[in-house]
Amino acid sequence: MSSQRIHTLDVTAQNLKSNARLSLKDQQLRTNMRSAMDSLISKRLISMPDEDERENLRELGNKIKASALSQLPDLLEQLESNLTKQGIQVHWASTTEEANAIVLNIAQARNAKQVIKGKSMVSEEMAMNEHLTEHGIEALESDMGEYIIQLDNEKPTHIIMPAIHKNAQQVGKLFESRLALPYTDDVDSLIQSARSILREKFFQADIGISGVNFAVAETGTLLLVENEGNGRMSTTVPPVHIAVTGIEKVVANLQDTVPLLSLLTRSALGQGITTYVNMISAPRQPDELDGPEEVHLVLLDNGRSQAFADSELRQTLNCIRCGACMNHCPVYTRIGGQAYGTVYPGPIGKIISPHLLGLENTPDHPSASSLCGACGEVCPVKIPIPALLRRLREENVKSPKQQPQIMAGQGSRYSNKEALLWKGWQAFNTKPLLYKTGTFLATRLGQFTPSKLGAWTQNHSAPKPAKRSLHELAKKHLEKKS
Amino acid sequence: MSAREKILASLRQSLEGTQPLADPFDASLVDKPWRYCPAERVTRLKELMTAVHSEVHLTRSAEWPQLLHELLTQRQINRLLTAPSTTHGQAFSAYCQIQDSSLKLLAYDRPIEEWKRELFDDVPASFTGTLAGIAATGTLVVQPSPAEPRLMSLVPPLHIALLKASQIYDNLYQAQQAWPRPMPSNLLLISGPSKTADIEQVLAYGAHGPKDLIVLLVEDA
Ligand code: SF4
Repeated sequence: MSSQRIHTLDVTAQNLKSNARLSLKDQQLRTNMRSAMDSLISKRLISMPDEDERENLRELGNKIKASALSQLPDLLEQLESNLTKQGIQVHWASTTEEANAIVLNIAQARNAKQVIKGKSMVSEEMAMNEHLTEHGIEALESDMGEYIIQLDNEKPTHIIMPAIHKNAQQVGKLFESRLALPYTDDVDSLIQSARSILREKFFQADIGISGVNFAVAETGTLLLVENEGNGRMSTTVPPVHIAVTGIEKVVANLQDTVPLLSLLTRSALGQGITTYVNMISAPRQPDELDGPEEVHLVLLDNGRSQAFADSELRQTLNCIRCGACMNHCPVYTRIGGQAYGTVYPGPIGKIISPHLLGLENTPDHPSASSLCGACGEVCPVKIPIPALLRRLREENVKSPKQQPQIMAGQGSRYSNKEALLWKGWQAFNTKPLLYKTGTFLATRLGQFTPSKLGAWTQNHSAPKPAKRSLHELAKKHLEKKS
Repeated sequence: MSAREKILASLRQSLEGTQPLADPFDASLVDKPWRYCPAERVTRLKELMTAVHSEVHLTRSAEWPQLLHELLTQRQINRLLTAPSTTHGQAFSAYCQIQDSSLKLLAYDRPIEEWKRELFDDVPASFTGTLAGIAATGTLVVQPSPAEPRLMSLVPPLHIALLKASQIYDNLYQAQQAWPRPMPSNLLLISGPSKTADIEQVLAYGAHGPKDLIVLLVEDA
């Protein structure tokens, strides 16, 4: 089997189909993904053995997010006012360009040369690293997985485990070639090497960047979840901390984080809790001896308000980014995360990316699913992902002119021919005479159906109409009986 | 229009004519499944923390300074970062004085900028108190303070924490009820030494924070 390197994929969302084909041929990738996903699936289940407890909590998680979204603008204002009171500066950005400009401004005002990053998917949305690098500022990832893929110029393949597609040998070779370290595939040694390199980077960094898992409006608290300690390092050692997050991450009260945290860490990793839960409510106080002097929060929209505008699609914003939907997705497990060409891969990626990028740029995402339903069943905040996929498919084939326009890029898959075909299908099935004639002809002329039917017969045998229609058979059967 | 106004206006427009949903919080769902009797709290916390590579020692008020000293000697650690202004810091330094110990006690008594290099390179261990413990998840609640700053429990490769058995709560929900309001500038839940499974899901301890975590669990306090 060819072991085509994954990053030779053309990583744009437009190429999902061809990327998927390439990924399917990468045996190493498929083995790595399969074993990783199997293990994540079983860990999750072991950590949620009591079905009642699990299902009640999912229901609560769903309601907490729905309730937060039902008062989102008020909660955002409450969050802003509490954070500001406590000394954290809040910035708003409609687009990723605006968000990048905000971060760059803060960095330039501090004359920053080096930025160290905790894991943040929103910063991936912004392509923040590239933007900072263009302006002469080094942006280094410190999450072990992110660090590995940054070294290999790749994009994360999973939102929780960015380098899950690589095995230890691959990482060993990467460290050998990029860091001039002696080759080893011993995971402990690899981690220790990265630790010592990154410790120095934490030490030097002018700015630390992080994401946010939950922003609590009531207390003005940014809650961050992690196992490695790089998040704590990034938010504590450098003199400036910038947190970037989507506007949907706000919850009303501190107690809401109790069920959400438990759902998040168990769904993501099968852990009852992560090693660290870091709650930040203020920068360094006058009597404190460490912590950042400046803390900033950047609230990013980037298409979220579009999803918000439709009460069905709004549920997309329940997401707490646990990754369980991708772990359980048969498509994701086979093609890996990079084939999607989007920051968020897998089921969540398929329902959120069209809002972030426009349907015209993610034309195949809503249909790259068998609708098996696994994602919806495991989602800890009960997002009906399959239903939302079907909804997006509808938006995707609506006439671009149809009003109201729900989504950017609406109708990117609209075709006159297909619309006409469905009209015909509708007529055929609703006009008895047409239906009868049609089925009569199809059954009598069945032997003439071609054996090659384009894309369909690549993977299926061609359909052969039966000799008699079900109607006819039933009629005959009844006649015989009487 | 600023981005702030634009975003808020758009969200408000989308919600027009709707009412906020009632607060659905239900404490019983996060509290009831996770309740323990006092003895269970200690054993569960110990069990869970041990399972993630922490060392938990059951000890008593009169004994922990000696135990701490022994643990450090065993590990051949001769420098320890402590907080001299805390009761536990004082108790330990008094013990060291009586024993005429060669252990060097360091204090985090100046801003990080003045001794960052030393903290990163020359402090093998730290000793802090804790605000509470959580039995359900095997967790320490640590509140950094001027006496025990944020990096004290993060940068040294070994973190030793003192936990009073009476301070162990059943679950996070119960622990949260006792947290100070307004929230302190930083509050931490710590459930083991730092770790990662980012390479092939193989668990490796000592990712970016402490490689080892020792909990001195004082049963009679
Ligand atoms: S959609 Fe649900 S399962 Fe998927 S990442 Fe978001 S919260 Fe997790």
